[in-house]
Amino acid sequence: MNIIVCIKQVPDPEIPPVKFQIDPEGKKVIPPDGVTPVISVFDERAVEAALKLKDKYKAKVTALTLGPDSAKAVIRHALAMGVDAGVHIQYEAAGELDSFGTAHVLMKAIEKIGDYSLVLCGRQAADWDAGQVGLLIAENLGIPVVTVAKKVDLQDDKLRVESVIQDGYHVMEVSMPALVTVSSEIGLSRLPTGIGIVKAARVKIENLSVEDIGADIPEARCTELIKLYVPVRDIQCQIIEADTVQESAEELAVRLREAKII
Amino acid sequence: MGNSVLVFAEVKDGRVKKVALEMLSEGKKMAEKLGGDLSAVLMGSGIESLAEQLGQYGADKVYVADNEVLKDYTCDAYAKVMADLIKANEPAIVLYGATILGKDLSPRVAARVETGLASDCTDIGLDDDGKFTATRPMFAGKAYVDLSFTDSKPNMASVRPNALPVSPPDESKKAEVVKVDVNISPDDIRTTVKEVMKTAGEKPDLTEAEVIVSGGRGMKGPENFKLIEDLADVLGATVGASRAAVDAGWRTVDDQVGQTGKVVSPNLYIACGISGAIQHLAGMSTSKYIVAVNKDSEAPIFQKADYGIVDDLLKVVPVLTEEIKKLKAEG
Repeated sequence: MNIIVCIKQVPDPEIPPVKFQIDPEGKKVIPPDGVTPVISVFDERAVEAALKLKDKYKAKVTALTLGPDSAKAVIRHALAMGVDAGVHIQYEAAGELDSFGTAHVLMKAIEKIGDYSLVLCGRQAADWDAGQVGLLIAENLGIPVVTVAKKVDLQDDKLRVESVIQDGYHVMEVSMPALVTVSSEIGLSRLPTGIGIVKAARVKIENLSVEDIGADIPEARCTELIKLYVPVRDIQCQIIEADTVQESAEELAVRLREAKII
Repeated sequence: MGNSVLVFAEVKDGRVKKVALEMLSEGKKMAEKLGGDLSAVLMGSGIESLAEQLGQYGADKVYVADNEVLKDYTCDAYAKVMADLIKANEPAIVLYGATILGKDLSPRVAARVETGLASDCTDIGLDDDGKFTATRPMFAGKAYVDLSFTDSKPNMASVRPNALPVSPPDESKKAEVVKVDVNISPDDIRTTVKEVMKTAGEKPDLTEAEVIVSGGRGMKGPENFKLIEDLADVLGATVGASRAAVDAGWRTVDDQVGQTGKVVSPNLYIACGISGAIQHLAGMSTSKYIVAVNKDSEAPIFQKADYGIVDDLLKVVPVLTEEIKKLKAEG
């Protein structure tokens, strides 16, 4: 079976807020100096889900990314984890696309790669946190989709996916081709090995432009960004100090009651 | 295109979710400004009686899609009903709760009716020109964006539970009930629910809880979570955990609050022994009130908290539980 995993390069979500800066005029995030961008955490879990299938069954896994030149680093990362091939749709202005534009380009890329049984995406990207692209790709391709997967397996010729719901999970059966979005419940991702890194360096990443795959970057976007800003929480924490634990806990309870919070 | 507002009213275990009432309250204001009416959609099996409550919370009209095929949620069936309804009635604005179900459904509907969607919003409203705008956090809550929509209609948004206030119901108000013909063939549904596994208890789900008590590394071990559970019981709260506590194996991943776990916005969040790593703050910083108990006065959680105690949580929490119990008993 052929599996395509869509991955995205994002600014490291772990950077402290002091290093996080935006350009309010340009409505853009300023990439922090000296902090290497990373593969979005849920996408890394999607790679892991693909590799788990590859470990168990025969599968060829292709990592696909859309982004500027730097984005090929996430393909290298996926290759070092163990995927077989990489496709990079190079588009410097990828950051300006909304979910619909991104999904359109990725759909075209998936069609270009062709012959797939399963497309995996992360539950959401760790920068915009919108969680739309996977579902939109599936709808564009006209294939079924299951979101927020904690386990992906095969049973006979169908997919068996455990999908997280509010108070537990659904066991879903889906025929292929299908798209599944993967959540962190799938388990930790494997680390690239030394041999993996050496092997990955030898793989030639297929580099394509949006024209190569016949994608029309949609002119009219569905949503427009009016303002980008850093939230200010102008609350000073009331630290409750007292001589004994008993007194401070009592005081806290009273203050919460007075403020009608409890 | 019309000027009405349509709210998807999610039903869980025979009850309308609170987030639907929150959206109706805000939706009512928007519909009045736009000069249109406010409608709600109910989907499921045996759910028609719930329309009454939606009327009391402001819906002028309730579309009821009551059919056995809608009993268990499937994205394909729900998206079809929703998309057909939108195409037939052309509302100006459509709102969904940003629950697991709402987040699964709304992008699919957006693709089918070819319109934009702002997901996981913490605020929505109309600007002075009557244009729909939505506010949503991004970059793990480090930044916020205000979005507007282009000419594609309707404008759609999913709204985080507990983000909007609920207006009091008007018990004399009745909504017009409109039955929706459900035309779904088995071929329309390409995913089959084979089993439904319940792993959560009776407590409200973290993403919708009004009060959450969470424990982190400072809990020192799984046995001490009993203290957190006792405090949660007194408050009617749901128990959460930081990634550190989950990684240590003290709690299951279902309880994890944070960017890679659940994003929550309760009225009150009590963080016990949680330092406040970025990825944790990303999951809870939109809580209305935050209380932190931590030994380390330098812990970043205190920068987000409204109230704090710098001390050993293992000593503080049991006393706090007793004190709150007393206050609650006094009424």
